Amino acid sequence: MNGMRAAGALALGAVLLFLLGPFVVIALAGLSAGETLAFPPQGLSLRWVIAVFGMENFRASFWLSLQLGIGSTLLALLLGVPAAYGLARYKVPGREAIRTVLIAPLIVPGIIVGLALLRHAVIPLDLGVTWALTLAHTVLVVPYAVRVVTASLDNLRTDVEEAAVMLGATRLQSFFRIVLPNIRSGIIAAFILGFVTSFNQVPVSLFLTGPGITTLPIDMLTSMEFVYDPSIAALSALMALLSIAIVAVAERALGLSRYV
Amino acid sequence: MSDPFLNLEQLSLGYGASLAVPSLDLAMAEGELLALLGPSGCGKTTTMRAIAGLLAPRSGRITLAGRDITRVSANQREVGLVFQSYALFPHLSVFENVAFGLRLRRVAADEMQRRADEAIAMVGLAGFERRLPRELSGGQQQRVALARSVVVRPRLLLLDEPLSNLDARLRLEMRSELQRLQRDLGVTMMYVTHDQSEALALADRVVVMREGRIAQQGSPVDIYERPRTAFVARFVGFENVFAATLPGRLQPWLDGQPGLAWRPRGVVLGQGPHDGKVLGASYLGESVEVLLQTDAGPLKAQVAPDGPRCVAGENLKFDLPMSSAVALES
Repeated sequence: MNGMRAAGALALGAVLLFLLGPFVVIALAGLSAGETLAFPPQGLSLRWVIAVFGMENFRASFWLSLQLGIGSTLLALLLGVPAAYGLARYKVPGREAIRTVLIAPLIVPGIIVGLALLRHAVIPLDLGVTWALTLAHTVLVVPYAVRVVTASLDNLRTDVEEAAVMLGATRLQSFFRIVLPNIRSGIIAAFILGFVTSFNQVPVSLFLTGPGITTLPIDMLTSMEFVYDPSIAALSALMALLSIAIVAVAERALGLSRYV
Repeated sequence: MSDPFLNLEQLSLGYGASLAVPSLDLAMAEGELLALLGPSGCGKTTTMRAIAGLLAPRSGRITLAGRDITRVSANQREVGLVFQSYALFPHLSVFENVAFGLRLRRVAADEMQRRADEAIAMVGLAGFERRLPRELSGGQQQRVALARSVVVRPRLLLLDEPLSNLDARLRLEMRSELQRLQRDLGVTMMYVTHDQSEALALADRVVVMREGRIAQQGSPVDIYERPRTAFVARFVGFENVFAATLPGRLQPWLDGQPGLAWRPRGVVLGQGPHDGKVLGASYLGESVEVLLQTDAGPLKAQVAPDGPRCVAGENLKFDLPMSSAVALES
C-alpha cells in the first residue's frame, strides 16, 4: 500500500515538473541580471522585465494581439451565440453534423487551418494582414463560443422562454430579456477562453502575419532567431502570467472549469 | 351556452407523425372553471398547449371572446398559462417576475408598481418582492407563477397540473386559494390534471378525456355519481365492472357491451347469491379492503372492520346490490 502511495506521489511530481518546469525555467531566465539567455540565470534582477516594456516592436505587436483577441472573440460570440441557440432550441436537420463541423477547428492542427485560410481565403480575396488575422482567429474561437454557450443553454429550461411568450414577449424579446441574462456567465467564460486562445495563438497566425504587422507570440518567435538577451524569456513569463491571471480570476468569479 | 366564450371546433392536434387529438369540440362559458381530466397521454396537455398557442393545430378552429385566434401567435392571445414547473425567470426577483408582462405592455411606472404589488399581495407574498425564485419554497414559487399570469388580466387562464408538485397540506390550501382567486377575479380558468379528486374538488365542470377524445363531461357530481362508460367509471373509483345481463348471474364485461359498475364500498360481503374466493385483505383503519376471485374476474370490496372474517383462500358469499350500481352504456 505504501509502495503504491509513493509511486503515485512520484508520478504526480513528475507530471507537475513536466507542466510547470518550463515555466519556472523561463521565468528564472527572464529574471537574469546577465547579458545572454541562460539557465541557471546569472544573478537576479528585473532589468530585462523592465526593458521589455520599452521595446517598440513588442509594444506594437502586444497591442495588435490585444485588439485581435478582443475583436475576434467578440465576432466569434456574435456568430457562436445564435448558432448555439439555434442548435439547442430548434430541430435543425443534420444538427449533429453541424455541431461536429463547428468544433472541427479544435481538432484540426492549427498549421493546416492557417495554410488553408492563406491559400483559399486570404490570397484569393486579397485580404490585408489585420483582416486575415481577424478572420483566422474568429474561426479558431467560434468552437469555444458554441461549446460553452451550449453548455449554459442546456441548464436553462425551455419552458421559461415559453412563459415569457405567454406573458406577451416576442421570440426576440424573450431571447434578450430571459435567455441572454441567464447564459451571461457562459458568455463571459467563452469570452475569456476565446481571448486566451487567440492571444497565445502561434500556428494559425504564423502564415498570416506580414512585414511590420505581427502578433506578440509570432514577434517573439522571430526575435528569438537573432536576439540572445533574456528579454524574450522575461516577455514569455509575463505573457504566461497574464493568461494565468485571467483564467484564475475567471475561475474564482464564475467557475470557468465547469464549461471546459 | 348560445355564444361560447372559448370554442374549440373540430380541433386536430399532433406532433410529427402522431395524432394526439383527432377532432375535438369543446366550449366554455365566461367565468367557468373547467377541469380537463385524464390519464397521461390522453391529449389534455396537448389541447391546452394548442389553446395557449404553443402548438399549431393541424386543422380546426379556436375562438376566444368572439375572436378567431387559431392563427394568432401565443403572445397576442391574451391567454395566461401557469406551468407545471412554474417556469419562473431565475434571474429576476419576485417583483420583476410579476412585473414582466406589465413592462412588455409599457404600463406606466406607477400603475405597474401598484398592479404588481396588488397581485403579489393577493397571493400572500407581500414582503417577498425582492427574493429570487430559488429562495422560495415550491408553494411560494407557484404563487408567484399565478400572480405573474393574472396581473396582465388574461381573458383565459390555463393551469397545467397546478397542484401536482405540492405536498398534501399545501395542496388543500392552494386548492381553496385557486377557487377564491377565480371568484374574486372572475377569470375563466381551465386546468389540466390526472388526479380525479383534484378535478372534482375544484371545477364547475369536468371533461374526462381518453385517447384524444372526450369520454364524458358534466358537473363533478355527474362524473362522480353517474359515469357513463367503463373507462370513466374506473377512473372515478367504480373499480368493479361486470356485464349487465340477467340478475343473479355474474359475467365478465367485454368492451362494447352494456355494463354495471360498483365501487368497492358498494359490495356486500358475507351474504348474497354469489361466491368468491378471498385472495387477500388489507386493513386500512376505517375499513378493510378485500380482494376476491370470482367466476367473472377479480372483485374489490371495502367493508367495515367489524364485518365478516376474511381469510385468504376461503370462500365467501357476496352480493352486488342494484341500489349501489351504476349502469354503463356500451
